[in-house]
Amino acid sequence: MVDSSLGPVGQEIAARLEAALTPERLAVINDSAQHRGHMGDDGSGESHFTVEIVAAAFAGQSRVARQRLVNSALGDMMREKVHALAIKARAPGE
Amino acid sequence: MTDTAHDRISEIVSNNDVVLFMKGTPLFPQCGFSSRAVAILERLGAPFESVDVLQDQEVRQGIKSFSDWPTIPQLYVKGEFLGGSDIMMEMYEAGELQQLLTDQGVIAA
Repeated sequence: MVDSSLGPVGQEIAARLEAALTPERLAVINDSAQHRGHMGDDGSGESHFTVEIVAAAFAGQSRVARQRLVNSALGDMMREKVHALAIKARAPGE
Repeated sequence: MTDTAHDRISEIVSNNDVVLFMKGTPLFPQCGFSSRAVAILERLGAPFESVDVLQDQEVRQGIKSFSDWPTIPQLYVKGEFLGGSDIMMEMYEAGELQQLLTDQGVIAA
C-alpha cells in the first residue's frame, strides 16, 4: 500500500502509520511543491504532507486524540523531518 | 521545557479567553496554517490574543510539550487546548467551533 511515487520521507510516514494503526485506508500526499521557498522548505522536496487515514483505532476518539495517535506513530519524524502535516483522521463508516 | 516557559504559557492561556499560538502575527502570518487559523477566528468574529512563537524560542519549544502537540498553530479556549489548524477547520466547517465559542460566551449567539 506504500505509494512508490513518494520519496523516502513520505514512504516512511506511510510505513509507520501502517505499522502503528493498521489503517483501512491511507493516503500520504506530498504537498511540498506548493510550499517551495516557504519557511520550512528545507530543499528536500519532502517537507509538507497531507495524511488521509481511516482506522478503527479512531472510533470513539476525539479529534485531538486522533491526531495525537498519528503524531505519536510518526514520533521523531515530526520534530526532525516533517515541517508540516495536515491530518484527516476518520474511523470506518464516518 | 523550563519551569519559566511552562509558567508563562500557563499564565497566557488562563488569562485570555481565546489564545492562538502562531507563526507571525494576525496581520502578517508567516505560515499557511497559522494564516488559516487566523482567518477562521476572524470569520467567526472571535476576539483573540495571539502569541508569535517566532519571536520567543522558549515559548516556541515549550508550547509543544505543554500541549503535547508537535505543531503550530495551537488554539486554546478558556484554558482548554482545542487543537491545531486541521481541527479548527473541521470544527468550523461543521459549525462546532461557532457553537463552542458561543457556549463559552466568546462570541454573541
